Amino acid sequence: MGSFLDADLRLSRGTFELHAALGAERGEILALLGPNGAGKSTALRALAGLVPLEAGHVRVGGRDETTTPVEQRPIGMVFQDYLLFPHMSALENVAFGPRCQGADRAQARERAAGLLEHLGLAEHAVARPGRLSGGQAQRVALARALAVQPRLLLLDEPMAALDASTRVEVRARLRHWLEGFDGTTVLVTHDPLDAMVLADRIAVVEEGRVVQQGTPAEVARRPRTAYVARLVGLNLFHGTAEGTTVTLDAQGEAETVEVRLPAPAEGPALVAFPPRAVALYSEPPHGSPRNVWQVRVDGVERFGDQVRVHLAGPPDLAADVSPAAVAELGLVRGQAVWAGVKAAEVECYGA
Amino acid sequence: MTAVPPTPPAAPERRRLRARSGRLPWVLVLPAVAAVAFLVLPFAGLLISAPWPDMGERLRDPEVLSALWLSLATATAATVVSLLLGVPLAWLLARTEFPGRRLVRALVTVPLVIPPVVGGVALLLVLGRNGILGTHLDAWFGITVPFTTAAVVMAQVFVAMPFLVISVEGSLRGADRRYEEAAATLGASRTTVFTRVTLPMVLPGIAAGAVLCWARALGEFGATITFAGNFPGTTQTMPLAVYMAMQRDPEAAVVLSLVLLLVSLAVLVTLRERWVNA
Repeated sequence: MGSFLDADLRLSRGTFELHAALGAERGEILALLGPNGAGKSTALRALAGLVPLEAGHVRVGGRDETTTPVEQRPIGMVFQDYLLFPHMSALENVAFGPRCQGADRAQARERAAGLLEHLGLAEHAVARPGRLSGGQAQRVALARALAVQPRLLLLDEPMAALDASTRVEVRARLRHWLEGFDGTTVLVTHDPLDAMVLADRIAVVEEGRVVQQGTPAEVARRPRTAYVARLVGLNLFHGTAEGTTVTLDAQGEAETVEVRLPAPAEGPALVAFPPRAVALYSEPPHGSPRNVWQVRVDGVERFGDQVRVHLAGPPDLAADVSPAAVAELGLVRGQAVWAGVKAAEVECYGA
Repeated sequence: MTAVPPTPPAAPERRRLRARSGRLPWVLVLPAVAAVAFLVLPFAGLLISAPWPDMGERLRDPEVLSALWLSLATATAATVVSLLLGVPLAWLLARTEFPGRRLVRALVTVPLVIPPVVGGVALLLVLGRNGILGTHLDAWFGITVPFTTAAVVMAQVFVAMPFLVISVEGSLRGADRRYEEAAATLGASRTTVFTRVTLPMVLPGIAAGAVLCWARALGEFGATITFAGNFPGTTQTMPLAVYMAMQRDPEAAVVLSLVLLLVSLAVLVTLRERWVNA
């Protein structure tokens, strides 16, 4: 028996192919994280039944919903631009679902009023969607989706249409709003921060495939693709491990590079370390750093209170150093420097 | 601040900065003016030659009133029938795929292009007492359609419903279908989606179509006179009354035309403000 949500989504549209297996437990929030056009929203629409599968299955709570029509699926969906019915008040929007499920008018309105209250929208119940702010409209859309008591809640880019300050609020309060919801939530986002903060599990989707699935901590610490590594801000390399040394896959004609590890490993491996673990020297360093490569400065940019230095290798990597260090080393584009990383800072895991 | 101009730039100076769009091309302006004149002048003529002194008396003529009442009633009935049949047809054409959909769409628009008289003849051939269906209606139910008020309504529906169907189909195609998807994820059946979401959202389009349909029905002449005849009180609508009056008393024709014009304008203006611009 699979997890509460157990989906294998396979479909193609023109040249685009989606082939994604997703799983999440009851009460969990699963984030589909990926670049634009990766197929996240298509996956969500496939879960909802809005686009048909060509193969695979969708099971929710042990029940097969693969061929269930949209209106009978145990789902609630919040669309990217909310799609609140413009001719109905907020309350009528939220009461719409319960009415469709057979609740009488009074019951439906009572449930809708309760949800709006929970989401802090009691005073906007009679407002038309056109008079609501983006954040309020989003909460009405969330209330509307929750009102049908779904077992699978689908949120399509819930942050995309919000301004920055509303985003912060939604990030902080979404969990509170989902209190009392005991199904699985699937959230689509291209923002790694949303995924890290909101989700219990992350599935990284690239070009229609799930390239990595795990907890936010796992994904942040052990990215599997260059895209994820960039999102979580890590230097990532593919290579082959033998003992405490990984030989990185050669980039073109360049000479091979070796990375020393804190512990032995074998076979195809991924090597990751954060830019702040990289120290830069103008002379070959001696002593503790075990990995030292001669590289050239490719670019320098501000990054918080640090400076991110892009280095052309092999290996190509990023280093975060203090503004003082930049001044001291006199870093300019094209300059040769030595980059050092302690073996203890290197994370190595199977490819 | 060193080089402050002594005075703020004057208005003419600013105007000189605006790029000029060139002279209006007379090849376009002259025909346009002619078009407006051609469309507006007949109305002016109608107003000028109207027999204003005895207008009140003429308007109280029972024949005028009965023709006016018949026209309003039949045009409204034809619009209601067109809405009841035409909106579902428009939905089917806009929202579903069925074999022969394109053919059906083409057939629906035929009454738009054929002369209404031809429509009247066709209706008579099918529903006339000796017509293909009319024979059976007469033999089995004793129903005779032609030359009744019902025939007036049918003739009007025949020529006017396509306007409604085309207009509503257009607004259905233009409507954002994602609202319908949202309704479906909330558990709404296709019927509920239609009545509670689609219909309210395309209401302005339906209203516009209904106005178009009503106006067309009000002005219907050819199909009506062929299929329903010209009997005062039962089938003589305003356009027929105008035509008849023209033969014996042109001043009466002017009065009737003015009434028809005012009624059409009043309805169009009222509905436009209420629905179309909403």
